[in-house]
Amino acid sequence: MRINTLEQLKEQRIQAEKTIQNRIFGQPSARPEVLIGMATCGIAAGAGEVKEAIEEELERLKLTDIKIVPVGCIGYCHSEPLVQVNLPGQPPVLYGNVDAAKAREIVKGHLVGQQLLADGITEPNFERVNLEEAKAFEPTGQRKQLRIALRNCGVIDPTSIDEYIAGHGYEALGKALTQMTPETVIDTVKRSGLRGRGGGGFPTGLKWEFTRKSRPGVQKYIFCNADEGDPGAFMDRSVLEGDPHSVLEAMAIGGYAIGASTGVIYIRAEYPLAIKRLKTAIAQAKEYGLLGGNLFGTGFNFDIELRYGAGAFVCGEETSLINSAEGKRGEPSNKPPFPSESGFWGQPTCVNNVETYANVAPIILNGGDWFAAIGTERSKGTKVFALAGKVNNVGLVEVPMGTTLREIIYEIGGGIKDGHRFKAVQTGGPSGGVITEDYLDTPIDYESLKAIDSIMGSGGMIVMDETDCMVNIAKYYLEFTQDESCGKCTPCRVGTKRLHEILERITEGKAEMADIDKLTKLARTIKDAALCGLGQTAPNPVLSTLKFFENEYLQHIQEHYCATGSCKALVKYSIDKERCIGCTACAKACPVKCISGEVKKVHAIDQTKCIQCGACFTTCKFGAVIKP
Amino acid sequence: MPKTGVRAQTISVKDLPPEKFTRLDEYINSLPSTKGALIDIIYKAQEIFGFLPREVLLHIARKMGISGAEVFGVVSFYTNFTMNPQGLHTISVCMGTACFVKGAPALAQRLQEKLGIHEGETTKDGLFTLKNLRCVGACGLAPVVMIDDKIYGRLTVAELDQIIESYQKEAAGVAH
Repeated sequence: MRINTLEQLKEQRIQAEKTIQNRIFGQPSARPEVLIGMATCGIAAGAGEVKEAIEEELERLKLTDIKIVPVGCIGYCHSEPLVQVNLPGQPPVLYGNVDAAKAREIVKGHLVGQQLLADGITEPNFERVNLEEAKAFEPTGQRKQLRIALRNCGVIDPTSIDEYIAGHGYEALGKALTQMTPETVIDTVKRSGLRGRGGGGFPTGLKWEFTRKSRPGVQKYIFCNADEGDPGAFMDRSVLEGDPHSVLEAMAIGGYAIGASTGVIYIRAEYPLAIKRLKTAIAQAKEYGLLGGNLFGTGFNFDIELRYGAGAFVCGEETSLINSAEGKRGEPSNKPPFPSESGFWGQPTCVNNVETYANVAPIILNGGDWFAAIGTERSKGTKVFALAGKVNNVGLVEVPMGTTLREIIYEIGGGIKDGHRFKAVQTGGPSGGVITEDYLDTPIDYESLKAIDSIMGSGGMIVMDETDCMVNIAKYYLEFTQDESCGKCTPCRVGTKRLHEILERITEGKAEMADIDKLTKLARTIKDAALCGLGQTAPNPVLSTLKFFENEYLQHIQEHYCATGSCKALVKYSIDKERCIGCTACAKACPVKCISGEVKKVHAIDQTKCIQCGACFTTCKFGAVIKP
Repeated sequence: MPKTGVRAQTISVKDLPPEKFTRLDEYINSLPSTKGALIDIIYKAQEIFGFLPREVLLHIARKMGISGAEVFGVVSFYTNFTMNPQGLHTISVCMGTACFVKGAPALAQRLQEKLGIHEGETTKDGLFTLKNLRCVGACGLAPVVMIDDKIYGRLTVAELDQIIESYQKEAAGVAH
């Protein structure tokens, strides 16, 4: 089947709506459905077995009219695998931590018995709003989230183009091609205030305009940066796995706006499921005539091809990414010339990130002003964060710009895990910095995060508690950047190595006070002198932790003491004789059997054999194992 | 994480099966153009041979009409390519930040002790290759260890021990 006009597409939507009902807007469905979160993390947690169990049970009970829908990331990563039950006339119910046994229970108790089981959630803490109503969104109480980029993730079956069309999919492309000029498309995106979600925060509309105006008439390219390399960020993966068509549609719109007939998605080979979903989506879009030649009968041609990354963090930088897409070493090039003048094969090229694209279709459909009404003065719309680390509700969170860190961590994230105390949150991954308790009430946007020496980055948000050593964290990030430095420029290649060496000395208790000075000077030099974003931001974790946690650095250097016990060379586990009740739990947990003692008598650790793995420390329920 | 020093050394293997070269040639010939396709071709070669010995790199260079140094330069740049034979199973500890703060270093250290190898190396019996991995994006399951394509989440050192032993037992069972 081929869709040639916007009217045909709308007809297709009305047909498709009948099958998926109003699932997208969280309204009661007309026919029973079971949604299973089957993104990479869901599958890793066992969603496959859960799906099999539900299928078996439905088969056994001969319930043939119940539809099983594998969906993308639902966002409650801490409770994977997730199963959502939609019954006619009732609000959807979400079940977490489902295994095969519980899945059978859900089928028997809920689908057949119509009874809400004890741990079902009927009010998820995000708003599945109708996008036209998003402007009026008021964060209240538990409902802090607003999903624009993630609007379809965890709702539709990502392998079905019809389910995407049911939520007004490809209508923005149809509208752009048939009712707007490339200039008005660019103007709409400019007015929306959308900025690059990959980390840079450059205005998207402006980037499109530059590429459009650059060297008129020559072949141009539009790129999707899907090389999500920031450790601790997984929103791009979730969008690609849960809603691949939204990226394809936006790339076609962007291609029309800048005057490109070819789009390239540069994707990490480490995301096999995302690649599979993209391939399926591209084939479906071609079959429907929504990609390929003469789209919507307007004569506009647009095709998308995939290029695979091969494991290099620096390839997230646009000039490196382009070099890598050409089959070369992914080294960055000097700017200028910018890719908008000379990029892929020397032609004008526009590179945008996955999440940026995920915002485009709603902007075209609802207008730039609609999007600009959400967020803060200079940062518009919403931002997806991958909330992880020592927080109760690990998961994907999408909030309007201007939401505070405290709201994200405590209200959406459910606070710090195991009753520990909040210490810091790292945003922006290896290019970012830490934010301490004093700044938790900062409204999040590009400028305010920068003002407190951190960055928005791609949206990784790692929460740390008092058991995390900040020097060790800085060392971790430097180890990462040092490893991932492409080696082209000296400040980055040699500088990050030296930074890492100094940090290593500090964590081993072998540093001197002069090292702090060296650290700061070197960090500033690298920032100024490195060729690309990787090097220029690599020292940020060091400078930021040094600024906020200087006394931890001093403790390591002067007292050879790491208060958290994270630094292996400085840690020494021992047993508190007062507290030990001789339960033997620590001895059982010890992988090298270095803990001795009889039942109900005080135990002891043989320091010569101890590998400082901390198994005893985490096992002891009585706080009898102490460190450092 | 200990450093492995030079990431790649060219290994020479003289007696590679000719049919594998034929398969690689068929793939290269099937491409509309080799322009920009070097990384795809290297991926294919690694899939066919399991790793990338010197002869294969030179073969690709000749076939594409580029220098061996260019192929070597690309192979050594990217972490997904390896010039060393790989073990039957690849164990990767996720070193993303979420996994790091939730205990991945202890898992990595335990693996090195248990298997007696460093990151990037293969056990003598050829059963395991140890690698570090930069974030599988399953941060909700941190800490994560991946063995081949299977992801084990929320792991403790003790559980990891059991998993490794189950692979070892399985391999021993096959051998008998």
